[in-house]
Amino acid sequence: MLDPEIPIVSIVDLGIVRDVSADRVLLTPTYTGCPATLVIETMVRAALDEAGFGDVAIETTLSPPWTTDWITESGKAKLKAYGIAPPTPAGTHAVECPQCGSTATEEISRFGSTPCKAQWRCRDCLEPFDLFKCH
Amino acid sequence: MASLPPIDVPTGATGKGAFDSSAEEARSVLFETLLRLGDDSLILGQRLGEWCGHAPSVEVDLSLANMGLDLIGQATHFLNAAGAAEGRGRDGDALAFHRDVLDFRNCWLVEQPNGDFAQTMARQLLFSTWQQLLFERLTASTDETIAAVAAKAVKEVTYHAELASEWVIRLGDGTEESRRRMQDGLDWMWRFVPELFEMDAVATEAAARGIGADVVAFRADYDARIAAVLAEATLAAPKDQRPILGGRRGHHGEHLGHLLAVMQFLPRTYPDATW
Repeated sequence: MLDPEIPIVSIVDLGIVRDVSADRVLLTPTYTGCPATLVIETMVRAALDEAGFGDVAIETTLSPPWTTDWITESGKAKLKAYGIAPPTPAGTHAVECPQCGSTATEEISRFGSTPCKAQWRCRDCLEPFDLFKCH
Repeated sequence: MASLPPIDVPTGATGKGAFDSSAEEARSVLFETLLRLGDDSLILGQRLGEWCGHAPSVEVDLSLANMGLDLIGQATHFLNAAGAAEGRGRDGDALAFHRDVLDFRNCWLVEQPNGDFAQTMARQLLFSTWQQLLFERLTASTDETIAAVAAKAVKEVTYHAELASEWVIRLGDGTEESRRRMQDGLDWMWRFVPELFEMDAVATEAAARGIGADVVAFRADYDARIAAVLAEATLAAPKDQRPILGGRRGHHGEHLGHLLAVMQFLPRTYPDATW
């Protein structure tokens, strides 16, 4: 099932699905006020119903808090292919342009189209792009 | 024949003719603590939302709206938990939209009007720096909800404090006009800082029970952080003025009622409206 706001990565790739068992799906929001949280819950419910798992509970947990470290490698590759620079690992600051691969990049704005992204620009190919913030 | 359900006894009633009030007190300290946390986030989130479509640039517009979203997310968690602690069937929405101004427990700082962008950034720096230090401590709260929300939100709030610091520095150390506006903004907000560090009976009891934090313990750290930002911004700390206190007891300025009129209009006029 794909994320409603970044419809190229699955909610498993994003690390939003914390646990799945026979009677329960455990979800966690990315950001405290992420407006996609309710949409995701509704989509999980619809998917469960469609697959005939009408009795499975959906629970939400805040703890431990979500981190971009939980995004899978395949998720990061998909983000990059989509034009969103994946989060840089903690301690490194070189942000790579998802278009041309240059690291001559700069921040335009600390927030982008969603709470989890910032706006950046490439000084080589001059294209703006979204960066999935390290969180 | 089915038996009738037992009649509810008040919390604290022992059923033996005695009344132990400690359970009721514990519940009320938790309720008040959650209201204070939730109302701070709710009111500042609403204030930041007022900028939507009016900010100096689209990037700033996005930043302010996203910070507002983070704060309203915190408020939802805190106020839902407050409703549960109160035990009278109210949820976060009921507390946000169906209380009057005297029942709000936010500090004065967050209800201050946006003014210009510099005034908004002064408020954000002073509040987010405090909230970051507070939430770092609340991650150790004995109340599970408070600890979980604090651990999650502290990462977001750290980002808010950084963003505000950068703008205060850029505007303070900018043009003659940006500097004047930044100083004016700070002068407006400065007198509301002492309230953030007030330890009244509820806060003291909450800290003693381990659900709240001793805010006085990080006053020096807070002052040092603010001083460092102001120094880099080449701004002077305003003179200490007579502090304004009382938000935690429901004593608010004229601005909060106007904010609530806008925020509460729709759910009060059209109860149970959905879209």
